Amino acid sequence: MEEKDHSRERDDVVIRFSGDSGDGMQMTGSLFTDTSAYLGNGISTFPDYPAEIRAPQGTVSGVSGFQVHFGSKQIDTPGDFCDVLVAMNPAALRANARWIKHGATIICDGDTFTDKSVERAGFKTLDPIRELNLDDYNVVFPRMTSMTREAVKELNLDPKTASKCKNMFALGICFFIYNRPLDHTIHFINTKFAKKPAVAEANILALKGGYNYAANTHAFADTYEVKPASLPKGKYRSISGNQATAWGLMAAAEKSGRPLFCGSYPITPATAILEELAKRKDLNVKTLQAEDEIAGICTAIGAAFAGNFAVTSTSGPGLSLKSEAIGLAVMTELPLVIVNVQRGGPSTGLPTKTEQSDLNQALWGRNGECPLVVIAPSRPSNCFHYAFWCGKIAMEHMTPVLMLSDGFIANGSEPWRIPSMSDYPKITPPIVTRAPEGGFQPYARDEKRLARMWALPGTKGVEHRVGGLEKNALTGAVSHDPDNHQRMVEARAAKVARVQDFIPKQEVVGDRKGDLLVVGWGGTYGHLLTAVTEMQHEGHKVSLCHFNFINPLPRNVRDIFSRFRKIVVCELNTGQFANYLRMNFQEFEYLQYNKVQGLPFTVTELRQEFERILNLR
Amino acid sequence: MNCEKYKYTPADFKSDQEVKWCPGCGNHAILNSVVKALPQVAEALKYKHERFTFVSGIGCSSRFPYYMNTFGFHGIHGRASAIATGVKVANPKLSVWQVTGDGDALAIGGNHFIHAVRRNIDINIMLFNNEIYGLTKGQYSPTSKLGKITKTSPFGTIEHPFNPGELVLGARGTFFARSIDVELKLTQECLVAAAKHDGTSVVEILQNCVIFNDKTHAGFALNKEVREENTIVLRHGERMIFGKNRDKGLVQIGMKLMVVRIGEGGVTEEDILIHNAHEPNPGVHMMLVNMSYPKYPVALGVIRDVPDHTYDDNIVDQLQSIREKSNIRCVDDLLNSGETWEIE
Repeated sequence: MEEKDHSRERDDVVIRFSGDSGDGMQMTGSLFTDTSAYLGNGISTFPDYPAEIRAPQGTVSGVSGFQVHFGSKQIDTPGDFCDVLVAMNPAALRANARWIKHGATIICDGDTFTDKSVERAGFKTLDPIRELNLDDYNVVFPRMTSMTREAVKELNLDPKTASKCKNMFALGICFFIYNRPLDHTIHFINTKFAKKPAVAEANILALKGGYNYAANTHAFADTYEVKPASLPKGKYRSISGNQATAWGLMAAAEKSGRPLFCGSYPITPATAILEELAKRKDLNVKTLQAEDEIAGICTAIGAAFAGNFAVTSTSGPGLSLKSEAIGLAVMTELPLVIVNVQRGGPSTGLPTKTEQSDLNQALWGRNGECPLVVIAPSRPSNCFHYAFWCGKIAMEHMTPVLMLSDGFIANGSEPWRIPSMSDYPKITPPIVTRAPEGGFQPYARDEKRLARMWALPGTKGVEHRVGGLEKNALTGAVSHDPDNHQRMVEARAAKVARVQDFIPKQEVVGDRKGDLLVVGWGGTYGHLLTAVTEMQHEGHKVSLCHFNFINPLPRNVRDIFSRFRKIVVCELNTGQFANYLRMNFQEFEYLQYNKVQGLPFTVTELRQEFERILNLR
Repeated sequence: MNCEKYKYTPADFKSDQEVKWCPGCGNHAILNSVVKALPQVAEALKYKHERFTFVSGIGCSSRFPYYMNTFGFHGIHGRASAIATGVKVANPKLSVWQVTGDGDALAIGGNHFIHAVRRNIDINIMLFNNEIYGLTKGQYSPTSKLGKITKTSPFGTIEHPFNPGELVLGARGTFFARSIDVELKLTQECLVAAAKHDGTSVVEILQNCVIFNDKTHAGFALNKEVREENTIVLRHGERMIFGKNRDKGLVQIGMKLMVVRIGEGGVTEEDILIHNAHEPNPGVHMMLVNMSYPKYPVALGVIRDVPDHTYDDNIVDQLQSIREKSNIRCVDDLLNSGETWEIE
């Protein structure tokens, strides 16, 4: 085939699909992702969609995007800038112009670039390419809408249904450019539209139409090969952060033998956790869609009291509403996992955008001395691992645990080597099975973990009362005794601090001493890792210390920090973790790199900053 | 021998904690009724002692769990319905009792209250209604009478009160009963009926706050004689007759109830309505809960008791039917389900 002669090899490629929020860009991106995953590429994705379900058509605010980064190596970020932009209308082009790599290919639907819609997209002139300075780029305007209609003509569909398949036409073009087979997508379409054979047929015709169009025209003379990555052997699947979180919670339930209960209220971007759990009645998961955020956590607290592994999921504003009840869970010392998928704040803020600005709320956002365990996953797939950890710590240490995910890793997805549950430890909650001699003391603690026992209603002889009022340190009777209160405040804090003995040591990526230690936490891991490893390859003495265990911190932090000339704390807020470190380890000086735009870091900006700190710029 | 297993005495349900309500508070009488009712419930439903769980919110009434020798959870303000819901869903075998007041259930907890009732989860809610905030020392509540002078309404309230029974029926409740703190026997009767009912049972107990709202129910509840003339105890299948001489009754004229005297104007006992607590249509029940002193006798007893599916049963049924159909039996199955691929 002639095309193969022009086929070049690439290590990694970024494609951004963008269009109106009804154009099916999320599905198009997912299908490209799945096909690439089966080919064995490393992958990272980033859906970027508006808060409105169907924002006004053709406007910049209604643009929905899906970025996929695939390569012949492990991929840790969705990529800063794209090699190919698919823009289904002028608004999509205008919204995404700043994310295009110099000289990239831009595929626009020629049918939509009318004067009227160019104007509607907010361009000042009728020449969007010149206005955006894209003259040096490979911009093509295939008339995708009309070619799609032409491709499905034989099916006699109404024009609207026919045009709806144009996303598959765009996908077909991309499959050709990157030498991807169509079979997985065809199989998907046939399954999805099993009950609408005409629609299935139309989508397949559009997909093939796009592929053939690209093959027959010279607009895409160069095609590219992205070889499989050398990933560890095994069985893989694609997983998003929210899905992994839900599954990790189920894993903890299974390993503890406690049924899983989730009381939650829908909120972006956390809703998918509740949805995923609601599907799993076959694994005995009980979900209760509560009347509000407060009822979500309060039903969970009730379920925890009655012996279930109880969880509640939410995002920032919901966490604010749950604050009082989290205090109740701290006071009653019941196991509970609160998953907070952070989004841009304050208040309603930026519901669909990512941020790390709920750290202070997680650590301190309650009345009284009210410590709990805080854990942050750092990539979509390890949400499974850390959700499991949250469950294990909550149940074995009898404490609420707050998991700080974020919109970026929650919605992002990546290939995941499927673990075996036999690799995960058993979870053994301190459940009382019978009344001890001399009677049950609800606040007696075990020496190792300082946890109280879990006495489940229905168990003979261990009837007891818990509640929000301060309790006697042993009997659990209401107590206003001053010394007892201080003792209990200290006991609750010591119990959380003791978790430090049960978590892994903090790891460092790179040398254990050097010029610059990059510090991060949670969902920024992929970007920080990429920036740091790139600089390490160039010979710089830069290492990464990325935290998953936030409270308590691992015990070896001071030792790590002391071996670097400079420390820079990078986070998507104005410095919450940096201040937390200042409070805990006052002897070090912390530089900060902060961003609060509702967007992840870019590797480019991180590198620029690190080079500046190292006086390389 | 099995009968012995479920034999308990009131003392078995009293905790060792000193009861700290004010002297003369109506709650003492209610506590007495409850510890007397629970042995009856245990025997009737074959419940062991350890199945009883009491949940409360905040307020004077909500200290209740501490005085019970059962599993107890003293929650936060307004959230008892949500906590109790979680307890019941987590373990549907428990006998879950919520203790709440007019502020806790109908102001800060109004949302949770109506949604518990709507879901028809099998919990028993005891709503102590004294038409005042007691624990915060005398502010008006959502059931305070219009014009009531309190510390936060020094010139009289300008808010219309809720009628808890009307709210329960409006939220599609399946059980509503009403009693008065001093009517120990009737309260026990209502509590046992509430326990027997599958679904959310609300028992409103008119309670006297001797400190901040003394005699708020006195018009119809001051003493035995006043109660006999101004309240009516409803029992399923019995005629709606009241009065010391049992000479007054209720008849329905169009969409209204009317008080009539038996023997006057040709009215005979046969003309008096027969109470049907099991009627799904809430029409007459709504008229009964809304009867107010002095025009009408205040309705007491089990006003509505209609069988229906419960939330907790439906959860269990759904879990079972889905489990039978699914081939995902453990987390390993789930992780390996759907689309996967091998890397060699």
